[in-house]
Amino acid sequence: MTPFPLALEALFGKAGMYLVFLVIGIAFGWSLEISGFAISTRLAAQFYFKDLTVLKVMFTAIIVAMVLLFSATALGLLDFNLIWVNPTYLWSGIIGGLIMGVGFIIGGFCPGTSLVSMATFKIDGGFFALGTLFGIFVFGETEQLFDAFYNGSYYSRLTLPEFLGLPVGVTVLLVVLMAVFMFWGGEQLERIFGGKNPKEAPRIRIFGAGVLVLISLALIIIGQPTTARKWAMLAPTKEQALIDRQVQIHPGELLTSIYDSKINIVMLDVRDEADYNLFHLRGARLAPLANLTEIIPELLLEPAANTVYVVMSNDELAATQAWMVLTAESVPNVYILEGGINHWLDLFASEDSNIAPTPIPPGDDRLKYTFPAALGDRFPAADPSLHDYEFEYTPKIQLQTKRGPSGGGCG
Amino acid sequence: MTSLATTKPKGRSLKARLFNRPEKPYVNPYLGGTLLGIVLFLAFFITGNGLGASGGLNRFVVLIQDWIAPQHVNRVAYLLKMAGGDKNPLDDWVVFVAAGAILGGFFSGWLNGRLKVETNKGPNISVHTRWGLAFLGGAIMAYGARMARGCTSGQALSGGATLSAGSWVVMFAIFGGAYALAYFLRKTWY
Repeated sequence: MTPFPLALEALFGKAGMYLVFLVIGIAFGWSLEISGFAISTRLAAQFYFKDLTVLKVMFTAIIVAMVLLFSATALGLLDFNLIWVNPTYLWSGIIGGLIMGVGFIIGGFCPGTSLVSMATFKIDGGFFALGTLFGIFVFGETEQLFDAFYNGSYYSRLTLPEFLGLPVGVTVLLVVLMAVFMFWGGEQLERIFGGKNPKEAPRIRIFGAGVLVLISLALIIIGQPTTARKWAMLAPTKEQALIDRQVQIHPGELLTSIYDSKINIVMLDVRDEADYNLFHLRGARLAPLANLTEIIPELLLEPAANTVYVVMSNDELAATQAWMVLTAESVPNVYILEGGINHWLDLFASEDSNIAPTPIPPGDDRLKYTFPAALGDRFPAADPSLHDYEFEYTPKIQLQTKRGPSGGGCG
Repeated sequence: MTSLATTKPKGRSLKARLFNRPEKPYVNPYLGGTLLGIVLFLAFFITGNGLGASGGLNRFVVLIQDWIAPQHVNRVAYLLKMAGGDKNPLDDWVVFVAAGAILGGFFSGWLNGRLKVETNKGPNISVHTRWGLAFLGGAIMAYGARMARGCTSGQALSGGATLSAGSWVVMFAIFGGAYALAYFLRKTWY
């Protein structure tokens, strides 16, 4: 299993976890201050091409963090799926970003830098920070007026490599090259508008850029871990759970859990669309095994710690494969419907004259019932009442301790 | 009888300790950026979360709203997420990162002799105008930051490093908005 990120709360308790965040915050404030970000005139100079400190610090930070991050994931030290990646909301992001830019040039700070400025007793920093409190208050009070816009144009957890259709390593290299080009351009602008001589800057910066480019090239060669590689790493610990049947839940347990308000059940039907249209459980989502990886970013954003995924196929074959894929991709709390849809129908469709067993037993993981029409979830057996049935089974669902981001980057 | 002199604190006063340290120059931006990048990486590596600032302030505002008008908070979905019922809005990682940023900024400013009560502004505007513009800019910035679900720290830095497509859009929009308006505000800075 990839060792990082750590399960902070389980390791250190809540107080310990928050202490870690406090220390990170201190290092954050420190690095902003030593870069001169407490001084509004220095920040604003960015937009008059006189002093491009903002551009240099920001993009250096981004490319250094990015290269370290994807090196750690490539080496199997860090699980990228347990990292908070800001979900994409296109239009609220664009409009919000433009508004932020306007606020930046009027006020001379961004929220983080104003805190640091205030902490070093700059009065304008204090006024900016007060202003942010006011702006936040107004947003909270007006958000309901444009709720649809705020929550619209949603693209889930979308990364640049996915968007561009490029391997991660290539994207990392392109971003590094773009940043280096911007640094070069920035230094030229500073020379023209700010009267600075780029030759006076320390030569080690060129060496640093070279190192980042080299690591990016190495990342292209190594590649990021594939689902198969991730499963291979997990197999020694997780395969036993499959063999011991700790993750195959009885239909009765699924039915009980659907009715349990403390658990948020997400059912993933991994069969093909034809079988799904014939019959599926009410509320089950069509997620054919072949396309399963496409919905993983969405599943990773499912917030609550009480979400339980139940994968199902006609028997267990495809569902077990889906279980391995999801588990390898760090989706928490995944279970398999024991015996699949066929077992479900054995239990819940025995009295339905419309649903009859096939005369000849079909092959593995094939539907062994026939239906008069493709009614999907409109059969009584798709949504049986909990009170009509009583089963004996060993409950297996256990909610995992949470690891990774608590969600909501700047939220 | 003790003399008056002994009642005075020994050594330098607090004021002198805070403000009279020799002022050191800022570090090279590429070095500062590298350090910031390492901090950002470690945040992701250890915790899975990046950095944030406006989110912490947000929760502070909601805390005050929850004190004054808890019923109101319970009725507005956006606020409810953070402080509904007996939820404590400060019970969130970003609050501690933001509080830490204030402490870190203070310590760095102190040790490097850069604590100074002053107002940084362009030469052609008064101090009071600068204060008003800072407040106004802060309010606008924060409004945009909430709409975009993160500020320069939570979106541009953190999302930029994880290659979030949306965060790169937000980042360029911030620069775009600022550059578009910079010309008209040049009198306030130069």
